[in-house]
Amino acid sequence: MECRSSVDIFTEWDIVAARQLGRNEAKSIGFGTVDQARITTAISELARNIYLYAGKGNIKIERTYDNNQYGITIIASDEGPGIADVRKVMNDGYSTSGGLGAGMPGVRRLMDEFNVQSEQGVGTTITAVKWLR
Amino acid sequence: MPKEVEKQYKALVNRYINTKSENDLYAGQKFSRRFIEKEISPEEVIGIHKSALMELFPDAPEDFWHSFDFLIEMMIHYGLALQEHQSLIRKQEELELEMKIAEKVQNTLLKTRVPTFSDLDIGFLTVPAKQMSGDYIYFLSDDSNYASVAVADVIGKGIPAALCMSMIKFGMDNMQKQNSSPHVVLDVVNRIVEESVDDSMFISMFYGKYEVDGSVFSYASAGHEPVLLYKAASNTFIELDAKGLLLGVQPNATYEERSVVLDEGDFIAMMTDGVTETRTEDGFIDDEIIKEILTTVKDESAQKIADTVYQQLGEMQNFHLHDDFSIVIFKKGYKN
Ligand SMILES: Nc1ncnc2c1ncn2[C@@H]1O[C@H](COP(=O)(O)OP(=O)(O)O)[C@@H](O)[C@H]1O
Ligand SMILES: [Mg+2]
Repeated sequence: MECRSSVDIFTEWDIVAARQLGRNEAKSIGFGTVDQARITTAISELARNIYLYAGKGNIKIERTYDNNQYGITIIASDEGPGIADVRKVMNDGYSTSGGLGAGMPGVRRLMDEFNVQSEQGVGTTITAVKWLR
Repeated sequence: MPKEVEKQYKALVNRYINTKSENDLYAGQKFSRRFIEKEISPEEVIGIHKSALMELFPDAPEDFWHSFDFLIEMMIHYGLALQEHQSLIRKQEELELEMKIAEKVQNTLLKTRVPTFSDLDIGFLTVPAKQMSGDYIYFLSDDSNYASVAVADVIGKGIPAALCMSMIKFGMDNMQKQNSSPHVVLDVVNRIVEESVDDSMFISMFYGKYEVDGSVFSYASAGHEPVLLYKAASNTFIELDAKGLLLGVQPNATYEERSVVLDEGDFIAMMTDGVTETRTEDGFIDDEIIKEILTTVKDESAQKIADTVYQQLGEMQNFHLHDDFSIVIFKKGYKN
C-alpha cells in the first residue's frame, strides 16, 4: 500500500509547506504528537539543506506498509552539487550548527532508517523512514 | 514509551498537585534519573506530562493542550543535542582508551637502562604532563669506560611530540655501538630529524658523556637550556652551555663541544624546561629555587636528588604539571 505526495523546494516558504505535508500524513497514519514533531523536524532539516546547498529540489512523503507495520518515508532529492564526503557529514560535531545536535546526524536519530545517496555534480537523494509502534 | 513509567509519573504529579510539598518535589527529582537512565528524551518527557495532565484534568480547555504541542516542538532539538552529547562522550572514552594503549607503546619504545658504574652515581626521573611524553631520556654505556645520556625535549606535547620521540630513538639506536663524542651524536640526530620531521616541530637536546678515564664530562647542546654543575669544593653552581641550534632547523648545523672535570662530590643536573619553567600561581619559579633544593640534598644519592627536585617543585604546583618534567643526575664518587 502506498500513497505519495510531494513539495518542490525553491524558497524558505516551501520548507513550511513540506513540514505541513509531513505532519498531515504523520497524523493520519497515527503518529503521536512527539513523533509528529520528530518527523517534521527531520523534514525541516532535509528541506533546509536542499534550499541552502542545492538551491532547489523536492521532498516526497510516502505512506509505507511493510512487515505488518505502518510507517512514513521521507525522500529528499535534488540535482545539486552532491556531498563530497558523506561519512564526514554523518559524524557528530561536523554540522555548522556545531554541538546543537541538528543536521544530518540529527535526522538519522529522529528517524528509524536513513540512507544517503550522493554523487558530486549529480545530486543527492536522502531516504528516511519512521515506523509506527 | 514505557507505560509503567508513564503511570508512575502521573501518580507523582498528582500527589504533588495535592500536597505541594517539598518532599514530593524531591521524589520527582529522583524520578527524573529514571527517565535519563531509560534514555527518555526531553520531548518525550513533555509528551508524558501532557498525557498525565489530560487524564487528571479532562475538562481543561483545548487551547491549553495545543500549547503543549508547541512545547514538544521546542524540545526536539534539546533532545538531539543531548544525544549528540552522549555520543561524543562515548567517542571520548574510546579515544582515552586508545591513548592508554599509545602510552604503553611509548613506554616500551622509550625504555632505557641506567648504566651501573662504581665511579659515577646516576639517577633520573621523567614524568609526562599528559599521557604521552615529549621528553626523552636515553642512556648509552659500556658499563666500564663511559656513560652517556641524551636529554631531549620536543617543543609541544601530546601525540605529535610522542611520534617525534620515536624518530630520535631511531637516531640514537643507530649510535648504540659506537662510542661517539657528543657533537657527533647531535650532528647525526640533527640530520635525521631535519629529513624526517615536520617543519613545525622543534626539538632541543643535550648530550653528555662521562669518561672514567680522567673523570671528564664532555657535552654538546642543541638549543637545550644550560645544565647545572655543582662543585663540592666551593659549594657553588656553574652553568654548562654549548652553542648549537635546535634539532631539525638546519641540515648542516654544527655543534660546539666542551668538557669539564668532575671531582669527588660534584654532580651535574640535566633538566628539561618542564623543570626549570615550573609554574606556580605566582608565575615562573626563580632559577635560584632549583639550586637551593639541590644544595639541601647535595650529599644524597643521585636518585634521591632527582626525586627531591620533583617532589618539591611538584608540590609548588600541586602536581598539576604544565609540561613534561625530566631530570637526570650524574654524581661523581658516590657509592652505595
Ligand atoms: N542536499 C545537499 N546537497 C549538497 N550538500 C549538502 C546537502 N545536504 C548537506 N550537504 C552538506 O553537508 C553538510 C552538513 O549538513 P548538515 O549536517 O545538515 O549540517 P549544516 O547544514 O548545519 O552544515 C553541509 O554543510 C553541506 O556541505
Ligand atoms: Mg543542515
